[in-house]
Amino acid sequence: MHRIVEKQVLTPVTKLLVVDAPLVARRCEPGQFVIVRVAEAGERIPLTIADFQRSAGTVTLVFQEVGYTTQVLGTKEEGDFILDVVGPLGVPAELLAEGRVACIGGGVGVAPVYPKAKALYQSGVEVVSIIGARSHDLLIMEDMMQAVSHQLHVCTDDGSSGYHGFVTAKLQQLLEAGEKFDEVIAVGPLLMMRAAAEVTRSRGIKTLVSLNSIMVDGTGMCGACRVTVGGKTQFCCVDGPMFDGHQVDFAEAVRRSLMYQEEEKTALLQCGCRGGSE
Amino acid sequence: MASRPGKVKMPTQPAAERVRNFQEVALGFDAGLAQQEAVRCIQCKKPVCIQGCPVNVKIPEFIQLIADGDFSGAARLIKETNNLPAICGRVCPQEEQCEKYCVLGKRFEPVAIGRLERFAADWELKEGVTPPARPERKPGKVAVVGAGPAGLTCAGDLARRGYEVTMFEALHAPGGVLIYGIPEFRLPKAIVQAEVEYVLSLGVQLVTNVIVGRTLTVEDLFQDGYDAVFLGTGAGLPKFMNIPGENLNGVYSANEWLTRTNLMKAYQFPSWDTPIKVGQRVAVVGGGNVAMDAVRCALRLGAAEATIVYRRSRQEMPARAEEVDHAEHEQVQFKFLCNPTRVLGNERGWVEGLECICMELGEPDASGRRRPVEVKGSEFVLDVDTVVMALGTSPNPIVAQTTPGLSAHRWGGLVVDGTGLTSKAGVWAGGDAVTGSATVILAMGAGKTAAEAMVKYLEEKYRTWNGGGGHRPTP
Repeated sequence: MHRIVEKQVLTPVTKLLVVDAPLVARRCEPGQFVIVRVAEAGERIPLTIADFQRSAGTVTLVFQEVGYTTQVLGTKEEGDFILDVVGPLGVPAELLAEGRVACIGGGVGVAPVYPKAKALYQSGVEVVSIIGARSHDLLIMEDMMQAVSHQLHVCTDDGSSGYHGFVTAKLQQLLEAGEKFDEVIAVGPLLMMRAAAEVTRSRGIKTLVSLNSIMVDGTGMCGACRVTVGGKTQFCCVDGPMFDGHQVDFAEAVRRSLMYQEEEKTALLQCGCRGGSE
Repeated sequence: MASRPGKVKMPTQPAAERVRNFQEVALGFDAGLAQQEAVRCIQCKKPVCIQGCPVNVKIPEFIQLIADGDFSGAARLIKETNNLPAICGRVCPQEEQCEKYCVLGKRFEPVAIGRLERFAADWELKEGVTPPARPERKPGKVAVVGAGPAGLTCAGDLARRGYEVTMFEALHAPGGVLIYGIPEFRLPKAIVQAEVEYVLSLGVQLVTNVIVGRTLTVEDLFQDGYDAVFLGTGAGLPKFMNIPGENLNGVYSANEWLTRTNLMKAYQFPSWDTPIKVGQRVAVVGGGNVAMDAVRCALRLGAAEATIVYRRSRQEMPARAEEVDHAEHEQVQFKFLCNPTRVLGNERGWVEGLECICMELGEPDASGRRRPVEVKGSEFVLDVDTVVMALGTSPNPIVAQTTPGLSAHRWGGLVVDGTGLTSKAGVWAGGDAVTGSATVILAMGAGKTAAEAMVKYLEEKYRTWNGGGGHRPTP
């Protein structure tokens, strides 16, 4: 059981939880994730570690309430417990030790970009961050990103703050203005990551994306999370979650992400009668 | 005895009924049937059946106790060498183990040793299990990685000898393949739970949700004061065929199919949260026990048709005959000498067919089985909407990758000697992590062999410690 030591409501549908998980906090690195289970009959879902505090033995999880399990998780308050938080899983991100990196986060994808931006910033890499959301009230972690970026660009689809347009359009604008990056890290909705990879492909800028595939065990056993990268099947949980965005078969990834759409609706329908608890 | 040349049959749930539920198929002997079978044993002076048992169960002796009506006594005797008898009695391929050697089997059917083991173990579980008295504590602390058949056996044996043992399990529940892989209708989870609890009652500590290699490393375990480590990390990455369309929606590995169903109880969705897409017509590719489990789950999950696709013929199938029979009675279809060439998908990316090619048997290959060869131009399409690949697994790479000094074969299995000792001092391994996909009982045998070697190692380590100036030895 893992106690929630802090909760922040970042937007009406996005929550931040700081969770007691000393074994995870002791070993985890940027890019890794945990598997979370909220109840005995619950699913095992992967959540990227958004931040970690080794001395306090806590990890920070940020999630959007998109399905049944994340909705249940969203009802938890400070002092409540999460049944299982298992990890750290996945391969730590291989980050540059010098140079200039663009860190792009779209929607709730800002959370997984944050620990990478932070680690890059702390190791002396110049970090140019581009974060975005549909509108200003859905934008998350702006201050946290500001603190770990040399430059921060905020974008909104509706123009309610910052640049009026997608984060990928902003990236393109910067590149066209002559800005140079040694690497781009882009995390967000699959279509956003694909768009980011398309912007950088012709310019030959290495672009890392982080895939949040459907998983069951998260340890390489089931293969639910398989994704085609460079024509080869990879397991997101043990080979990823970060991959070369120019090599990922995004069409397949989008299709596979929708595999349980109907069941997700069924589960959400019963959410009401179960009151979102176990 | 001669008047009863055949095994006493075990009652089963009727096929038409059982395909609609997940309850156990084989119902077990009652006391009368068990005694009737037990007296078939001729009590050989030099019993050869025992040589077929990787965990050395005292077979004729426990059978005699059943014949005498001392059922709990029989269970206690079995448990002197086997911590998991209700599990073994259900899932061991006895025809390849103890019963293969039974003298009766030369002229008649062998004694139904497995059914009798199950009966005794179930009897004791029903009557209430008393754990044996805790032995005197010995110096030495062991970490067992993985709470599957190998780990449970190793941990139980070491605890019985007085060592402090902690088992680390990656999943949220102990049991390994017994809990995520083998379906409820063949091995009820309450039985697994009861036998795991028995192992814990021997003094074994269990820590779930710890992935050794990620959450903790083997080095961390030594630093935390463990003297020796047993790696029973089990099967890992599922194999696929590398044919086109394998990543379409509706293609599962058997591991995923069974884990969703058994561990995550997808058959109870939505009251349990994990879903599964069953489809109407399911093809399961493979011919082993896992394939049989997967195809029989498909029917119980509501598929209208479930078909085994296997590239060799029935004779070469590695699955137990009993499982194949059960599947047949449940109206599973079998396509022998047939191999998938690609998975066909619709415009939305979902499976809508499995293209296969007919095979014929050629010369024997390395396994001694005749090699299947494609018949040119014989492709045809099987009308299915779900495909499950049950082609085996390769060992989980996480521990090998994160433990310096631990050697693995190129195919992933850990390198060990005859006692299970790995290339790293103080580290033993056994089960699927060493052999690749094999059976529960072979994993248990490996756990037992390693435990024996670990006892010697610990005795030696602490003998020199006691005689040598009082410094606690370091690994």
